[in-house]
Amino acid sequence: MSVNQEGSQEAIRRRSWRDIDLRAVAPFVALALLLLVGALVNPNFISINNLANVATRSAFIAIIAVGATFVISSGDLDLSVGAMVAFIASLMILFMNSGVIADPVLMLLAAILFAIVAGTLCGLTNGLITTVGRIEPFIATLGTMGIYRGLTTWLSQGGAITLKEPELQEMYRPAYFGTIAGVPVPIVVILAVTAVAAFILYRTRYGRHVVAVGSNRDVARYSGISVNRVRTVAFVIQGLCVAVAVLLYVPRLGSTSATTGILWELQAITAVVVGGTALKGGAGRVWGTICGAFILELVGNIMLLSNFISEYLIGAIQGAIIIIAMLVQRSLVRKS
Amino acid sequence: MTTEHVDGAPVVLSARRISKSFSGVQVLFSVDFELRQGEIHALMGENGAGKSTLVKILSGFEQPTSGEILLDGKSAKLPANGAAEALGIVIIHQEFNLAEHLTVTESLFLGREVTRFGVLDRKFMRAETRRVLDLLGSHVDENAMIGSLSIAEKQMVEIAKAISRDARVVFMDEPTAVLSREETNFLFRLVRKLRDKGTSFVFVSHKLDEVMELTDRVTVLRDGQWIKTSPTSVLDGEAIAQLMVGRELSSLYAAKTEPDIDEEVVLRVASVSTGYVRDASFEVRRGEILGFSGMIGSGRTELMEAVVGLRSRLAGEVLVRGQPVAAGDVHAANKAGLAYMTKDRKAKGLLLNSGMMANLTLQSLGRHSRLGYLDPASEEAALAKARRRFDIRVRDEKIVAGRMSGGNQQKLLLAKVMETDPSIIIIDEPTRGIDVGTKQQIYHFISALARDGRSIIVVSSEMPEVIGLCSRVAVMREGQIAGVLEGDEISEQEIMRYAAGLKKKTAA
Ligand SMILES: Nc1ncnc2c1ncn2[C@@H]1O[C@H](COP(=O)(O)OP(=O)(O)OP(=O)(O)O)[C@@H](O)[C@H]1O
Ligand SMILES: [Mg+2]
Repeated sequence: MSVNQEGSQEAIRRRSWRDIDLRAVAPFVALALLLLVGALVNPNFISINNLANVATRSAFIAIIAVGATFVISSGDLDLSVGAMVAFIASLMILFMNSGVIADPVLMLLAAILFAIVAGTLCGLTNGLITTVGRIEPFIATLGTMGIYRGLTTWLSQGGAITLKEPELQEMYRPAYFGTIAGVPVPIVVILAVTAVAAFILYRTRYGRHVVAVGSNRDVARYSGISVNRVRTVAFVIQGLCVAVAVLLYVPRLGSTSATTGILWELQAITAVVVGGTALKGGAGRVWGTICGAFILELVGNIMLLSNFISEYLIGAIQGAIIIIAMLVQRSLVRKS
Repeated sequence: MTTEHVDGAPVVLSARRISKSFSGVQVLFSVDFELRQGEIHALMGENGAGKSTLVKILSGFEQPTSGEILLDGKSAKLPANGAAEALGIVIIHQEFNLAEHLTVTESLFLGREVTRFGVLDRKFMRAETRRVLDLLGSHVDENAMIGSLSIAEKQMVEIAKAISRDARVVFMDEPTAVLSREETNFLFRLVRKLRDKGTSFVFVSHKLDEVMELTDRVTVLRDGQWIKTSPTSVLDGEAIAQLMVGRELSSLYAAKTEPDIDEEVVLRVASVSTGYVRDASFEVRRGEILGFSGMIGSGRTELMEAVVGLRSRLAGEVLVRGQPVAAGDVHAANKAGLAYMTKDRKAKGLLLNSGMMANLTLQSLGRHSRLGYLDPASEEAALAKARRRFDIRVRDEKIVAGRMSGGNQQKLLLAKVMETDPSIIIIDEPTRGIDVGTKQQIYHFISALARDGRSIIVVSSEMPEVIGLCSRVAVMREGQIAGVLEGDEISEQEIMRYAAGLKKKTAA
């Protein structure tokens, strides 16, 4: 601590504005631009009502993507989330239809618990296959994606699975359509899930371990971190998030089919990448992730409201977005 | 400058009033530097003095903020990112620059592959690679994957790569930090040969004896400023050290304190075998500093990694204060008070993209958390303390570890391991890439830990270090402990005899 420290105080002040991490800010800038474009395309777009609608519809992807942020930050990937949604939702509806519990309130609570346990187990399966089985996460979750999807098709016998009990349906509806203090429930859930996730990722020991494991597994191992446990828990968190998304999904339509959640893994991963999380692991940005999910939904909404582009192209646009996001990320890394 | 009495060979490359800032923080202040044809020029200075930065600027990997670079007397702007190679300027980086998934031959010829009739001439390239490696006395297989090599071998490949390029100017940033004495000798022989043919070398090193032995002139930097350039022959090691740190250095090592003969044995390693290491047994008492010497590749690191559970053991037991420690369980070993500091700080020690704090507390987060919640204030305090204690010098608080100077990374790694408050500390190459002034601090620090009742194992390839610090020295050879030396037996010759297999005794 000698001459070296002199002048650093002043230097720090001078560069504080440059300290802003471009990658963390980029998604929010993109969001602001999109809002501007939308407002120009259609004046109805910027209304509170429309935006709240968009946010509500982004809930499924946003919540799933929050879980994906953990998996990706720890250096893994989960492709099975879309199929997992269909599978858990089908199981949950079948459970409610089975009528094993007579009292509707108890039945609903049991069904919620059931979905959460199912999500945990699905996530745990993915985690154990990749870590204990030492199979590339890409392949492992590609496999479970096929399994979850196939089981759903089998459960529904190729058709739909619909919630039969009207009383249950009535009672469960507000979970998606209701509001809390004027705010739609799904938006409240997004915020709550994200806040908890941000706390875990930035403020707990486990969160630090996730980032360490994602940046360099050797360093993590030499620091006494059990790498496989950290990775497995990330998959379990992903499973839990999928379960929460299912809890919002079931009351919306009261029905699932073999095509439920198709390509949601693409959207979830896109949201994470657009949000600024590095796909090679080592840096997670939870708030960026939900911003990314919101952006995806907004793009769709703008396409609907404008007449320039057919809304049937939405999948193609989303595919393009992930590629553009990766390019932007890389150029920002180079600069810094 | 006091360079008049060095022969008047033409100046190849020079720097005039070079300054450099990184995001507003200045690290070089109007530095002058001159490299003549056919000379070996040492660049010396403390950790963070700016040696690597200057070397990078003179080879085009960084652009100066102000100042001028002259090539053959003409002002030149060096092309970025290694393109200066075309001008005959190559650099052996302090940080390795090799792609892990290439073979040795592929990385040597990366970007200048030899073709015959448009097809890669693999045979020729392999033969050429072999030739250069043989010149360096290296046994590295030319078909091996870079990822499978040890650090020393990677360093050799990096050197071979630079030397095979027919360069006019070669920058070597701490090339010998990870090399054995033998490998270093081969390198020096080759460097002298090339020098006599007219190649110029810039040699950055913290090893004073090597600088005295090899170089023609020395330039010293301190805190980013040019201090002196002078012929090596008029200086001695002490004078250089003083110029570097700007003060007189007292004795490098603290007085040895030997633990009492009936002091408690805190660590007992009994007949541990791994794949390579066979039947290794030793003990460490409370307050003792035990050295581990031997050739590179003699199995010291493998043994230590097995002791702390980073590697599984095939047989044998590790007992801490009489309690067995489960094999292959780092966490259990840490809990028992055992800590290991790796010699590979870049690949295994530090998260290069994270800041100082995330690195410092990574291994000891439990001490900063209540019910899983991390207390930022407590972490801040730990960082402030560690920076004072280990004299970690950075000009920018938020710098990521990968951008810190090599020596300061080493100090951060040591600080990180000490954060776990271990009672038995295994330090693998404690002073790799560390300047003399800091070396002295670290030696005194290790001695203080021992006086404090902790036990330390120092694994080192630097003989003086082991001799100066340790009260007992175990020498390993080909995976076995060849002998344990005590008291007057501890000398360079004696250690060499055991390391080379001329002498052997059963474990003490
Ligand atoms: N890319 C960078 N961004 C910010 N600061 C940097 C960067 N590279 C180097 N520095 C800073 O510049 C200073 C000089 O570093 P440099 O690596 O040149 O030191 P050095 O003399 O080579 O030290 P050592 O002996 O430890 O290798 C240090 O304070 C370092 O943190
Ligand atoms: Mg350096």
